[in-house]
Amino acid sequence: MQNDSPWLRAFRGLAGAVLIVWLVLPLIPLAIWSFARGWFFPDILPKQWTLSAWEYALSDRAGVIDSLGLTIGISLAATVLSILVGVPAGRALGLYKFRGKELIELLILAPTIVPGIAVALGIHSVFITLGLNNTVGGVVLVHLVPTLPYMVLVMSGIFANYDPAFESQARSLGASWLKTFWYVTFPAILPGIIVGGLFAFLVSWSQYILTLLIGGGRVVTLPLLLFNFATSGRNDITGAIGIVYILPGIIILILTARHLSGRNGAVGGFGRI
Amino acid sequence: MSDRLKIFLLLAPALTAIIVLFMGGLGIGLARSLNYMPVIGLVDPNFDAYVTVFTSQEFYLSFLLTLHISVTSTVLSSILAIGAALLLRRQFIGRAIINFLFQLNLTVPHLVGAIGILYLFSQSGSFARLAAEWGMISRPGDFPALVFDPYAIGIILQYVWKEVPFIGVILLANMQALGEDYESVARSLGANRWQAFRHVLLPLIFPGLLSASVMVFAFTFGAYEIPAILGPNYPAALPVLAYRKYTDVDLEARPEAMAMAIVIALLSALMIFLYVRISRRNIRS
Repeated sequence: MQNDSPWLRAFRGLAGAVLIVWLVLPLIPLAIWSFARGWFFPDILPKQWTLSAWEYALSDRAGVIDSLGLTIGISLAATVLSILVGVPAGRALGLYKFRGKELIELLILAPTIVPGIAVALGIHSVFITLGLNNTVGGVVLVHLVPTLPYMVLVMSGIFANYDPAFESQARSLGASWLKTFWYVTFPAILPGIIVGGLFAFLVSWSQYILTLLIGGGRVVTLPLLLFNFATSGRNDITGAIGIVYILPGIIILILTARHLSGRNGAVGGFGRI
Repeated sequence: MSDRLKIFLLLAPALTAIIVLFMGGLGIGLARSLNYMPVIGLVDPNFDAYVTVFTSQEFYLSFLLTLHISVTSTVLSSILAIGAALLLRRQFIGRAIINFLFQLNLTVPHLVGAIGILYLFSQSGSFARLAAEWGMISRPGDFPALVFDPYAIGIILQYVWKEVPFIGVILLANMQALGEDYESVARSLGANRWQAFRHVLLPLIFPGLLSASVMVFAFTFGAYEIPAILGPNYPAALPVLAYRKYTDVDLEARPEAMAMAIVIALLSALMIFLYVRISRRNIRS
């Protein structure tokens, strides 16, 4: 369709420009606030600029750096756990047809369509008896609930286009189970592990209510810290913590950008639910 | 090893996690909402908590607010995401930037978006300041209430900001996998642009759109932190109300909170069922 009229092209350019502005707009006041000193109505920009919010946020007493480390640790642990649990499940659902498959798919995907709060209050009660409340381990476990469905979804999409015959060929040529996995299976499913792992990390990274309930206020991840500052009206420190909170996601995105292009089958897997 | 055993072993870890954590969480929540806890001697289940929930006016107001938030956000995000995906299919200046911003937006947590919307749209926020600069208002109070407001405009703006890229990325992946051959055939047979979209492309991308928008609906129906930052105090969104009851100093309110959590899950399931039925009927016909 190359015969587009100039009006249509102009409309596209305009819509594109509006979209670009709208996508970055909410992040701008956060960035400005983090460098502002007393930015009052009706000043469009702060009268005075300062680094004090950043000095505070990066100092030892604020606990932001500790919280950043803790949040990265929890999200990495939740991601590794959901890879270990999700890849085998994805293999079963992607490669095999069996009775009750639809029911199991529904069960595994259910956490994406049942609101988190509905499950969280009950899990809190379960964890009281298991002694997992207020512990980092408990928080990692509970993050498995929202992350696992994405991992299984992406991996079943990958395994649906995977030919297990290569594995039996490697085996018949004398490769061990371990070697077959390492040289045949793993390279073939790696793009899925990267995309699914990225989803899992980001889903865990943005959890608020599950961490608040199960962590009982003792496991203070970045979103909890950010929420506290945002509701106490310290906009400058909120801005600085907000920037610290979104940076790791942006860095990971840049590192994995080539795996996320629209042509990667893993993203299209969402159409299969 | 037989296939059955293999499948069972491959699925066992995931099913254990889902059954213990997810089903266990729901099950214990249900038991406690019925005031049934044999561990502490409560062995006679009753529906008191549900009676309390369903006879309180606040619950109905909260439900209506939450339903309004979810339906409006889901419909707006879906329509805008279709537009954005159609736009991103074409070659134009800025396409690479939008593609990057879409993916960047996916990495930004909802909480950050909510705070950004708060700083933009509150009565002393960036837009109020611009309005004052242009002489449209003289005091912050003159600016229309777009956050903490009864229509939840701020919350909906935040969801649209976050969910258009989410649905858009999924739709774009679907569209690129389909190519443009089907539409070209329809066009060459005399269909106009709208007909080619409505009767050829839309039914083809519909499964992806449906699953993405169902996820958006469920998320917006059950999210806590966004209405907690941007929403009105009374009536609060259902998840905020449930959390308040759960953390009430009065432990008597806990079964009530559990009942509300179960009602949220059931309502969400019911809404999704209706949504899937209605949209299937309208798109496929």
